[in-house]
Amino acid sequence: MKAFRWGFVTLVFVYLYLPIALLVINSFNVSKYGHEWRGFSLKWYEKLAGNDALMQAFTNSLVIATLAATAATIIGTLMALAIYRYRFPLRKTASGLLFVVMLSPDIVLAITFLVIFIALGIQLGFWSLLIAHITFCLPFVVVTVYAQLNGFDKNLLEAAQDLGASESRIFLRIILPLVMPAVVASWLLSFTLSLDDVIISSFVTGPGFEILPIRVFSMVKVGVSPEVNVLATLLLVISLTLVTLSTLLLKRKKPQ
Amino acid sequence: MQFRRFSILLTLFWLGLFVLVPHLLVVLTSVMTPDSEHLAVWPVSGESWYRLREHLYLQVFWQSLWLSGITTLICLLVGYPFAFIIAKLPRLWRGVLLFLMIVPFWTNSLIRTYAIKLILGNKGLVNSLLLGLGIVDEPVQLLYTEFAVIFGLVYVLLPFMVLPLVSGFDKLDESLLEAARDLGAGFWQRFRLIILPLTMPGVIAGSLIVFLPAMGMFYVADLLGGAKNLLLGNIIKNQFLVVRNWPFGSAFSVALILIMALLMWLYFIANRRINRQGGLQDESL
Repeated sequence: MKAFRWGFVTLVFVYLYLPIALLVINSFNVSKYGHEWRGFSLKWYEKLAGNDALMQAFTNSLVIATLAATAATIIGTLMALAIYRYRFPLRKTASGLLFVVMLSPDIVLAITFLVIFIALGIQLGFWSLLIAHITFCLPFVVVTVYAQLNGFDKNLLEAAQDLGASESRIFLRIILPLVMPAVVASWLLSFTLSLDDVIISSFVTGPGFEILPIRVFSMVKVGVSPEVNVLATLLLVISLTLVTLSTLLLKRKKPQ
Repeated sequence: MQFRRFSILLTLFWLGLFVLVPHLLVVLTSVMTPDSEHLAVWPVSGESWYRLREHLYLQVFWQSLWLSGITTLICLLVGYPFAFIIAKLPRLWRGVLLFLMIVPFWTNSLIRTYAIKLILGNKGLVNSLLLGLGIVDEPVQLLYTEFAVIFGLVYVLLPFMVLPLVSGFDKLDESLLEAARDLGAGFWQRFRLIILPLTMPGVIAGSLIVFLPAMGMFYVADLLGGAKNLLLGNIIKNQFLVVRNWPFGSAFSVALILIMALLMWLYFIANRRINRQGGLQDESL
């Protein structure tokens, strides 16, 4: 029974990782089509470095993911705090709207973003991508931070309040340090969601600011592009580094 | 007070401007008249809604529902036992395996779909394997079929099924299972009477998170299914970005939102019923 369990788990992970492993392996493969191993080479890495448009899209994607994750984490943390701590009109509506964003299929969110940007006269490009990415990351930040807020001792906040601390001081000195793990987790989750997105970006992108999925889509629709294998490898390395760093940082903080 | 007001206003402003108003605008657009220059103009027109009844579009609706349904079913059949096994592991292992489920997301789902294309192609891994083992003499056409689309959808969406299921199994009270075992219930009985009903919210949540997005994933259908309008997402994308008939595209999206609302309503009803049943069981215990 135990062997069967592990066999099943292994099989699922093989399914999840085989395609990615092939991309990584083929990024070093001399053969363009990757049907067989023809020797180790870094020529696709050089080719990517020489492909200005693709490199630009790659950089733009990382920029959007970093900015969107940072902004979504800040705004989302404040939202979680507002919904958790304050009573205000439309509070239920606000959490309902977050729920809608979380459950709406990407294609629906994509057109709602497109329609509002056109209606507001915001030019499609950097800002539209940034706002859209921030918005679709928000509910995940709020849920994560809210869960942690719910877990801790309310007496701490009341004590601080009784001692005359202002709201911003309570937030910065008590709440923020306590929810820090959730904040870091939210940032990573947002970064992941932003990098992974295809559908929403396809709708709100503009000619002035191209990001990865749009560029890649036109490349892989017809043929085979070894540079895409290199991109996949680089994305994995960058993300793994980020996660390792954040885990180390969090671990070092804990013993205090 | 400054800080408090700021966080409340930010919340209401952002969600109002970028979530509530856009959704209302889409509903509004769906009843406007298409216009090649200004995208959508007044007066009110029911034309877009009427056109949804055309045979071609009804067919896409059914096809979408069917492909997403099969995808959800496969994700559930694989994800349920998988989540069960993971949830019962020691903490450390559990964390590691859940983390490993997220890593593939960092490559962007479009690139992952491209990888699937390489595997299912005529000279891809699967066909080389089949040919090499002598199971088939000629490459089997896997790419550009419905099979390929379902394969790709399951690949991209499986983690979304597993995560809510794992948290569902986490909440499962182990002592209930022990009690049932002590009273002589076999595995099948424990599964049917305790495990399945109590994890039902996770099952429904996971199914929603897989089923709804699946209908919109135009790039999976484009890359793996060939240039056919297989999913609702393909039609919506074409209407918005190619044909530029925004009212018609909006009508499609509102139809999708209505399907979503219906399913969510069913979810709440099911959840309530399960909770009530749970309450009754508690009383009888």
